Amino acid sequence: MTVNSDGLSAQQIAQAVAGGKLSAIDATEAALARIAKYDSVLNSFTDITADRARAKARAVGAAVAAGQKVGPLAGVPFAVKNLFDVKGLATRAGSKINRDLAPSPRDATLIERMEAAGAVLVGALNMGEYAYDFTGENVHDGPSCNPHDPTRMTGGSSGGSGSAVGGALVPIALGSDTNGSIRVPSSFCGVFGLKPTYGRLSRARSFPFVASLDHLGPLARNVGDLALAYDAMQGPDADDAACTTRPVEPVAPLLAKGVDGLRVAVAGGYFQKNVFPEAVEAVARIAKALNATKTVEIPEAARARAAAYVITTTEGASLHLDRLRQRPNDFDPAVRDRLIAGAMVPAPLVDRAQKFRRWFRARVLELFQSVDVIIAPATPCIAPKLGQVTFTLDGVELPVRANIGIHTQPISFIGLPVVAVPVPLEPMPIGVQIIAAPWREDIALRVAHALDRMGAAAAPAPRGLS
Amino acid sequence: MTTENPLDNYIDAVAKALALPVEEAWRPAVRANLEVSLRLARLVDEFPLPDETEPASVYTA
Repeated sequence: MTVNSDGLSAQQIAQAVAGGKLSAIDATEAALARIAKYDSVLNSFTDITADRARAKARAVGAAVAAGQKVGPLAGVPFAVKNLFDVKGLATRAGSKINRDLAPSPRDATLIERMEAAGAVLVGALNMGEYAYDFTGENVHDGPSCNPHDPTRMTGGSSGGSGSAVGGALVPIALGSDTNGSIRVPSSFCGVFGLKPTYGRLSRARSFPFVASLDHLGPLARNVGDLALAYDAMQGPDADDAACTTRPVEPVAPLLAKGVDGLRVAVAGGYFQKNVFPEAVEAVARIAKALNATKTVEIPEAARARAAAYVITTTEGASLHLDRLRQRPNDFDPAVRDRLIAGAMVPAPLVDRAQKFRRWFRARVLELFQSVDVIIAPATPCIAPKLGQVTFTLDGVELPVRANIGIHTQPISFIGLPVVAVPVPLEPMPIGVQIIAAPWREDIALRVAHALDRMGAAAAPAPRGLS
Repeated sequence: MTTENPLDNYIDAVAKALALPVEEAWRPAVRANLEVSLRLARLVDEFPLPDETEPASVYTA
């Protein structure tokens, strides 16, 4: 064994493991050592599944030694947001209340699929309570911290996922995205994140938030790894009512096709308002790299964001109604008060939001007749300081929490596939959304891969860890 | 006095209908959140849609 797995991509680890140049157990021990060394700074993990990881790694090693074919993620350590069911753990979903649940009898579908491809689960990750969060802060477990500056937010709600990948503790993490919860931490932590088309990846045995809008997806340090994980997780699943019956459509073999022939436009109007200079700079760099000179107007984006907000707060309230009645003092008070208010929104307004969703979807699909890709900011700013409540934009003081997701919400509202790509600005990275038509993850990932290859997008080495 | 805000009567009525506890200490935050939710819901409400519009949540048998 001659290879040190620190700093290797998932693809490199899998190739080295399959080729006998690196043992899966060494790759696993290295990940556990990185977690032991750095997670006191990052606070990204809430559970470390070391025994399980070692057992899985040994099984992969035995398969390699026996000359058996191993999967495309052989020996690759990964971790999951703690709303995924992990066999033997209570699925806490960032809460205090869920710690009283019985241990999960079975892994989430996506964990099963990652492990079927040879990946090794090393733990579960910190997140905002019940995923109703854009900051990565958690009153019960403490905030996950930004790997480039631990005094700053990771973004949320998949904060631990952004932190663990941005800090290079694991090459791949899984998260969830209802209104931006993969794309926001990807932006703040400087990593690539894929929010697939709504219904593409099974949500079976993950703790829900907003059934109409919940998505699961991977975060990684390069697009090849993102595609590898995504391909391993695709496929129908009867255990998720929203999961597509479309066959698996692998994207990894398509990445090298490049961007020639693709029509790329920048989102105008709403997406160019309420942004800090760093977000403007990041979008400009990506537009330049892609020779995108055209601008498209996504109609009624502000109303789309409003409708997403209404559906989120009301479906979230419905989900938690009994817990709000029985254990209100065990919630993060900020989450509780939002959910109680959500329970009080009159039903016709929710129905109208769902009707508007269908109208908005039809208008945006029309746009995709003349463009293949739309680029937009992932967040209006770089990661704010932990605990920061407001920021000032154009002389106006605005609440941080409510404004972090303004550019992601209208997109997930209609389930479009998006890759958040990190632009390595100084002193902090910031993400840009690469948005494609429904079921065209291949296009978003091809564009992201091209940006990755040309260096316009890149996951910077963690600057906050030494 | 909290009862001066008309939304407080609404909060009291809905909390009672849903058997939701709302302690006085939480009321200002609940009210502030509800004001935001209703403001955003109004933005959607104001948008005219054809009567035939199906909600996105329509069920497929």
